[in-house]
Amino acid sequence: MTVPAAPGHPLTDAEVRRIRNDFPILGSNVGGQPLVYLDSGATSQNPISVMEAEQEYYEQRNAAVHRGAHTLAVDATEAFEAARSTIAALIGASTDELVWTSNATEALNLVAYSLSNASAGRGGEAARRFALGPGDTIVVTEMEHHANLVPWQELAARTGADLRFIPLDDDGALRLEEAASVIDSSTKVVAFTHVSNVLGIINPVAHIVALARAVGALTVLDACQSVPHLPVDVSQLGIDFMAFSGHKMLGPTGIGALYGRAELLADMPPVLTGGSMITTVTMENAGYLPPPARFEAGTQRISQAIGLAAAVNYLTETGMERIEAWEAELGVRLVQGLESLDGVTVLGPGAGTPRIGLAAFDVDGVHAHDVGQFLDSRGIAVRVGHHCAQPLHRRLGLTASTRASTYLYNTTDEVDAFLDAVSGVRTFFGAT
Amino acid sequence: MQSDVEQLYQQIILDHARRRVGFGLASSGSGASGSVGESHQLNPVCGDEITLRVVLQDGAVSGVGWEGAGCAISMASASVLAELVAEEDRDRVIELVDKFRELMRSRGAETAEDPALGDASAFSGVSRYPARVKCAMLAWVALEEAVLAANR
Ligand SMILES: Cc1ncc(COP(=O)(O)O)c(C=O)c1O
Repeated sequence: MTVPAAPGHPLTDAEVRRIRNDFPILGSNVGGQPLVYLDSGATSQNPISVMEAEQEYYEQRNAAVHRGAHTLAVDATEAFEAARSTIAALIGASTDELVWTSNATEALNLVAYSLSNASAGRGGEAARRFALGPGDTIVVTEMEHHANLVPWQELAARTGADLRFIPLDDDGALRLEEAASVIDSSTKVVAFTHVSNVLGIINPVAHIVALARAVGALTVLDACQSVPHLPVDVSQLGIDFMAFSGHKMLGPTGIGALYGRAELLADMPPVLTGGSMITTVTMENAGYLPPPARFEAGTQRISQAIGLAAAVNYLTETGMERIEAWEAELGVRLVQGLESLDGVTVLGPGAGTPRIGLAAFDVDGVHAHDVGQFLDSRGIAVRVGHHCAQPLHRRLGLTASTRASTYLYNTTDEVDAFLDAVSGVRTFFGAT
Repeated sequence: MQSDVEQLYQQIILDHARRRVGFGLASSGSGASGSVGESHQLNPVCGDEITLRVVLQDGAVSGVGWEGAGCAISMASASVLAELVAEEDRDRVIELVDKFRELMRSRGAETAEDPALGDASAFSGVSRYPARVKCAMLAWVALEEAVLAANR
């Protein structure tokens, strides 16, 4: 596979320096050393504009949305719905196709539980097509984050359906030739990740969607590591559902979203029920609002939604194509730099496969925890452990790895400082 | 002067992480007579894992062995422990576990070195890293459980 030239031209060093000024935390020191933040894959940092948007909301508009006639309530509702349009526009969805959730985990569970409710007969005739039972299969991949695995294990257990997976080859890439037999006429759902949070590689979405469509299965895309880092358009990808988290894309914690194709959401039964998602309620029964309100019971995360919209504005003003191109450069620098070090092995197919600025690696003879501790002593923040992907690590014969992940605000100097620090790890721990 | 990371990873710790005293469950000599206790401990955050077996004879440790995988802190801690408690009295072992736990809870407070802890005193630096205390404690928790199990 060759790396397609990204259509955007990468950010320049001067631009990245300017961007960094918008992120107060990036100027801080850790243990007397300047912070080198290489853990954006876990959670990203916030620009001032995001914090200001939340503060402004609390100072000037705080009120319950969709629930009052007073001016503040109207203002709050408008800002909340405008935020929805902003996020929907980012991914090429229409506004009604975007459901707020707490994070990607909740978004993925929302789909699984709605299908579960349909399988239990909820949602009437229209929801019958979402029902699963014995004889049906749900397909995931061996590289999934636990958030896109465990909810499907649970759905299978509740409905009697079987869970299958598309295996990985020894390099960690999906065995596409096997996908064609794993996905068959029994398959009702295919859930897979766009970009692996461990390998950093971009999966061939179109190929898997085509296999799923050919058998009439629903597709669910975990876009946690793609929406923050590259242009993503749901209609271009042709997927049915897509989940992502705000805190990984410069936004606040506590907010994420589910995209669902309009004609599907329209027929799906709700998951959480209560206020703000109903039409007429009697002591016996309730009617439900159309989506997205049907899936948003209770008082919503208003300031977080508004903060996330500010984050999306920051990203689109910078340009998603340019962010993608910049991080592709950082990613190649990371992978090539790590691979040139003695005793260091990068997980996954390595440079040459389309990737974001993320690389997990193993240091021979040194446990990931110790690697992370050593890097921390140099002010460098990375992630250590299984990164919520135990089956993937097991497949690669590991229990844990160290992961560095970049974002638009990282510099090549930071990547080099990281590589320099990693080059000292084995000597320090006497692993020779 | 030692840097922070050198204070954490004392040479004694790095040496033990490589030497791994008592590695292998057979080191406990559990084939022989005596009451055997075993405990498996897992740190789900990082996947560190230890299985520790202890054999008590006439109320004293006649053998201790362990298996596991994890970071230098957890492996060294198991190694130090295996060296320290060999042939110790059961009550004395529990006392040492308590002393070590106390050391881990000290959050880096300057405490006088307890000679009873021997090489285990080298772990005092770990107490300043709350995220790593669990790593250091893993083998000791296993030891405590194994001794109680052997006693039953
Ligand atoms: C690929 C992937 N999927 C799902 C998640 C879960 O995201 P969250 O914890 O924000 O719900 C993450 C983040 O940890 C991720 O990287």
